[in-house]
Amino acid sequence: MFLDFFLLLKEKGIPVTLREYLDLLAALDANVAEYNVDDFYFLSRTVLVKNEEHLDLYDQVFGVYFKGMEQIQSSDILNIPDEWLRKNGERLFSREELENIKSQGDLESLIDRMAELLKEQKERHQGGNKWIGTGGTSPFGAYGYNPEGIRIGQDESRHRRAIKVWDKRTFKDLSQDEELETRNMKMALRKLRILSREGRTEEIDLDKTIKSTAKNSGMLEVEMAPSKKNVVKVLLLFDVGGSMDDHIALCSQLFSAAKYEFKHLEFYYFHNCLYENVWQQNERRWDGKIPTESIFNTFNSDYRVVFVGDASMSPYEIFSRMGSVEHYNDESGQVCLKRMIEQFPYFVWLNPLSKSEWKYTESIGMVQKIMKDRMFPLTIKGIEEAVGVLKKKAK
Amino acid sequence: MNKFQGTADYIASHDLSVAVNAAITLEKPLLIKGEPGTGKTLLAHEIAKALGKPLYTWHIKSTTTAQQGLYEYDAVSRLRDSQLGNDKVDNIANYINKGKMWQAFEADEKVILLIDEIDKADIEFPNDLLLELDKMQFFCYETGEEIIAKHRPIIIITSNNEKELPDAFLRRCFFHYISFPDRETLKEIVAVHYPNLEEQLVESAMKLFYEIRNQRNIKKKPSTSELIDWIKLLLVGKINAQELDDVMEGKRGTPYLGALLKNEHDKAIIR
Repeated sequence: MFLDFFLLLKEKGIPVTLREYLDLLAALDANVAEYNVDDFYFLSRTVLVKNEEHLDLYDQVFGVYFKGMEQIQSSDILNIPDEWLRKNGERLFSREELENIKSQGDLESLIDRMAELLKEQKERHQGGNKWIGTGGTSPFGAYGYNPEGIRIGQDESRHRRAIKVWDKRTFKDLSQDEELETRNMKMALRKLRILSREGRTEEIDLDKTIKSTAKNSGMLEVEMAPSKKNVVKVLLLFDVGGSMDDHIALCSQLFSAAKYEFKHLEFYYFHNCLYENVWQQNERRWDGKIPTESIFNTFNSDYRVVFVGDASMSPYEIFSRMGSVEHYNDESGQVCLKRMIEQFPYFVWLNPLSKSEWKYTESIGMVQKIMKDRMFPLTIKGIEEAVGVLKKKAK
Repeated sequence: MNKFQGTADYIASHDLSVAVNAAITLEKPLLIKGEPGTGKTLLAHEIAKALGKPLYTWHIKSTTTAQQGLYEYDAVSRLRDSQLGNDKVDNIANYINKGKMWQAFEADEKVILLIDEIDKADIEFPNDLLLELDKMQFFCYETGEEIIAKHRPIIIITSNNEKELPDAFLRRCFFHYISFPDRETLKEIVAVHYPNLEEQLVESAMKLFYEIRNQRNIKKKPSTSELIDWIKLLLVGKINAQELDDVMEGKRGTPYLGALLKNEHDKAIIR
């Protein structure tokens, strides 16, 4: 009966599958939650959402869906189990109201009446979206609230509390750009492995064990060795804003794949060209600046540096002092870039523009020259090539 | 089965109890995420306490493999025993060390199994546990036994989000994100830990705590557990509400700042 809601979630990009839907139905079936809106919200959130990034989106969809009654088929309402309505009724009415209802007959028959009423209303108000909530002074005046109990976006006292929970959008900060299909990228990045045996000894070194057991005249002598681990460290520098806005999806794919693959991953942002400052949070671009120098001091030259940017800008932004479009830069972009790659000899530049477009922009050629031809397109193939190059020091 | 509502020592928000009860009823693992210090690990302990069930804890480290949770075959001691002519050696079962999952599966009652900080392990780790979590059974190759859970344990999994978890794994779990408690809940939590605290001191401490927490530049925001520790220090140091108010007015530095902020950079900002 929540199929529409489920489909809407899917449409809006929350990765729900049939399995989650069945789980939700099973949970409702098992009477896990009490029959009220709050609990339904909590329950469905627990079952359907698997990642805090999606919580905010979920809250929005939930709010929209249960507020905009036009999207709910009225038959869905009628299919809602009796208890649900009844419990809601019990919670909604004040004691006097309940007394009043009792004097009109028992709850059961009233619920039956209400179902009828709903049907009538459907006929009367087809296509409208306010067909419930008739209210008035009839015995069903109070009952007008009952369906409202199901309809969440209502402003009655109880519901205001209910609606708050998701309308507050507590999880806004957690939502990021959707993780797109990143498996291919992860596989490409996986090749960037520098295996080394370090740390705790935890594997049997078979060769050595055989040797020393033989030496020990057949009595077992175990030799251990540390297991191989990927020790690669990566520093990602993203160009953001301006012409890079066209490539946000691609860059966020790369970022999420890299985050998944590398244990030691640091990232910074710059705009167009690298200058004396970088930053880590885009919304705090101006007050959260970090001197580029401090990167040199913080990370050793083992770090693999990956620039991501389209390198498309005015040539002045690269070779001239005060060339930056945004601020007064004492040193030209090219000086900063060169200093960077001197400090970190393992570097590449990934360009989201396809290689065939590179020759039309002068600055791309300039950056490529500075980068000692270590520029690759941001494609699976490009990443694979880049990973190969990253293993070698620039000459 | 009793419903979980939090315990005398642990304030569970309503949404958390709904999530826990859903996981218990439908016998699904519950994945818990949230800011550090919001009581993720504590939750499993409290569920165990509330339901009166034993708790098995499996702490995950970067070197943990899924197999270790099931069992480990100690071939080396068997080889050694064989050289020493020990009778034990005939039965391979003597060299199977049962892991936490096996122990939880063969328990005679429903137990709680905490898989703590699953994100610390290798990226393939969650994928290696899919069938075990789904069907609650696995196969022991050495002895040819099929281990099936006598009672499906209540599995609580915590994660600090250091790595993303694979979708196939997530589909098998219910999920709950413990958000930082609001002011009222936080007050309740403090009251649970320090029932006889002066009202005024709580007010001032909370005010200062939120002031620090709301600083934008802080890298690691203090959370519930830091607040609890800090209040304890305030009590030990006999700091009174007036002194805390003085801090707010900038007349003195924050006492025991180290309990709230764990980072040099943050301390320099607040002082």
